[in-house]
Amino acid sequence: MFSGLLTKVAKVLRGVGHKLVDQLWRFGGAVRFSGYVLLYSGESFRRLHLTIREIYFTGVMSLIIILVSAFFVGMVLALQGYNTLQKYGSSEAIGVLVALSLVRELGPVVTALLFAGRAGTAITAEIGLMKATEQLSAMEMMAVSPIARVVAPRFWAGVISMPLLAALFSMVGVLGGYLVAVPLIGVDNGAFWSQMQANVDFREDIVNGVIKSVVFGVACTMIALFEGFDAPPTAEGVSRATTRTVVNSSLAVLALDFIMTSFMINP
Amino acid sequence: MTDNIVEIDNLSFGYKGRQLHKGINMVFPRGKVVAIMGGSGSGKTTLLRLIGGQLKPTRGEVRVGGKVVHHQDRDGLHTLRRKMGMLFQFGALFTDLSVYENVAFPMREHTDLPETMIRDLVMMKLNAVGLRGAAQLMPTELSGGMARRVALARAVALDPSIIMYDEPFAGLDPISMGVVCNLIRSLNDALGATSIVVTHDVHETFSFVDYVYFVGNGVVVAEGTPDELRHSDLPFVHQFVHGEADGPVPFHYPAPDYAAEMLRGHNV
Ligand SMILES: Nc1ncnc2c1ncn2[C@@H]1O[C@H](COP(=O)(O)OP(=O)(O)O)[C@@H](O)[C@H]1O
Ligand SMILES: [Mg+2]
Repeated sequence: MFSGLLTKVAKVLRGVGHKLVDQLWRFGGAVRFSGYVLLYSGESFRRLHLTIREIYFTGVMSLIIILVSAFFVGMVLALQGYNTLQKYGSSEAIGVLVALSLVRELGPVVTALLFAGRAGTAITAEIGLMKATEQLSAMEMMAVSPIARVVAPRFWAGVISMPLLAALFSMVGVLGGYLVAVPLIGVDNGAFWSQMQANVDFREDIVNGVIKSVVFGVACTMIALFEGFDAPPTAEGVSRATTRTVVNSSLAVLALDFIMTSFMINP
Repeated sequence: MTDNIVEIDNLSFGYKGRQLHKGINMVFPRGKVVAIMGGSGSGKTTLLRLIGGQLKPTRGEVRVGGKVVHHQDRDGLHTLRRKMGMLFQFGALFTDLSVYENVAFPMREHTDLPETMIRDLVMMKLNAVGLRGAAQLMPTELSGGMARRVALARAVALDPSIIMYDEPFAGLDPISMGVVCNLIRSLNDALGATSIVVTHDVHETFSFVDYVYFVGNGVVVAEGTPDELRHSDLPFVHQFVHGEADGPVPFHYPAPDYAAEMLRGHNV
């Protein structure tokens, strides 16, 4: 009875240990992979057209969903913000509230989450499929490095397009907030913009927002690429990898956001 | 003796501890078309990957042009691979590039030829496989046989001296099969190359190759010219050549005794 329990506990422990070691190996693999991608990055700059093509694809792919989401997020921010601010008689501050929330947090974070779901999954599926259909092997046999030719351009495309998309998100979000606050609710037009201009700081707010979205760009793209490259070369393997891209990117974005915010906000 | 462009010497290899090749010896004389035959899962594809340096042998070695493949560094390996063309089992065409761009790919990667020259070369290669008219199609618009031929044009884009084919006939109708057979032979002879054809289609293969190796259980079980093998009375070769279901290559995956298994759970 007692020894039965003991073997059960041992079995569970062993299972957990195996999982842990596996994850550690995978993480090591991911780090090595990232190293290679950086090492081979020269190639993707020497042949810029490859990278530009990928920027076009990832950017265009996520553009519509990001613009539409930004518009709604901006409108909701204005509604919620107005509701609270007017209780304290400072409803003209609505412009600042919308702009700061977008530039500092929601722009980079929501863009990254949408990017992971739209462009990230597409990257993982594409690379996984290229692997499953031996396209990467074929490339290797032609003495062309798949990391240099396929992975690195996609990486830099992601890193470059993320801040651009986040900037667009913030702009369209502010527009959405404006439409709700000024024409709809009737906040003073001049106050809305002047308050915003006076209280959004270039260094503290905008630069920090850009830093965040660059970091998210690195994380999301690298995760998507690694999951695709590491996927078992089967239909099931690729579909699992795609799911993992969304889960891991989202967690990474939220965790990184917390860490970066805690460094950026000086008490 | 020195005229073997590829030599496989006592080669052993296994995935994760499971031995797949147990001391394989083969030679591929310059200018010949040589077939490697064996059942599915006998490690034929793996053998091609070992020749191409994508895998490292656990024992023994592969020499290409006198150089030991797994002793090469990255640059050495690239130099060796520049001399090889490989046709993957399902073509492995780049799905995001047109037929034209697929064939142009190795030229763009490895040469600085001007666009007009690339165009002429691509059209020449596509013409050789009869698909010049399909240049602007995307790989998804091709049938299996056409994709295989485009992949062949891409594999020979830089006039390799060794061409490897992984199951070039799998899933092809008899007409496409004949077409591919003729192509392999004529490309080999036109380029003065050496071809290695991995397959299990006995009849097609015997009609056009110069020499055949049979692999089974990780070793070469028989070898010879097609004529010698047709008249061979080795049981393995006989089974393979005449397509018998059971023989030295068992039909059954290893299993417990059938009667015992049927009776299990019945109280007898
Ligand atoms: N990357 C791999 N990892 C582990 N096992 C593999 C891998 N590739 C192939 N195998 C196994 O090796 C054996 C031989 O594979 P392969 O060389 O593809 O055989 P063939 O081409 O003769 O059908 C198969 O049993 C296959 O499951
Ligand atoms: Mg195979």
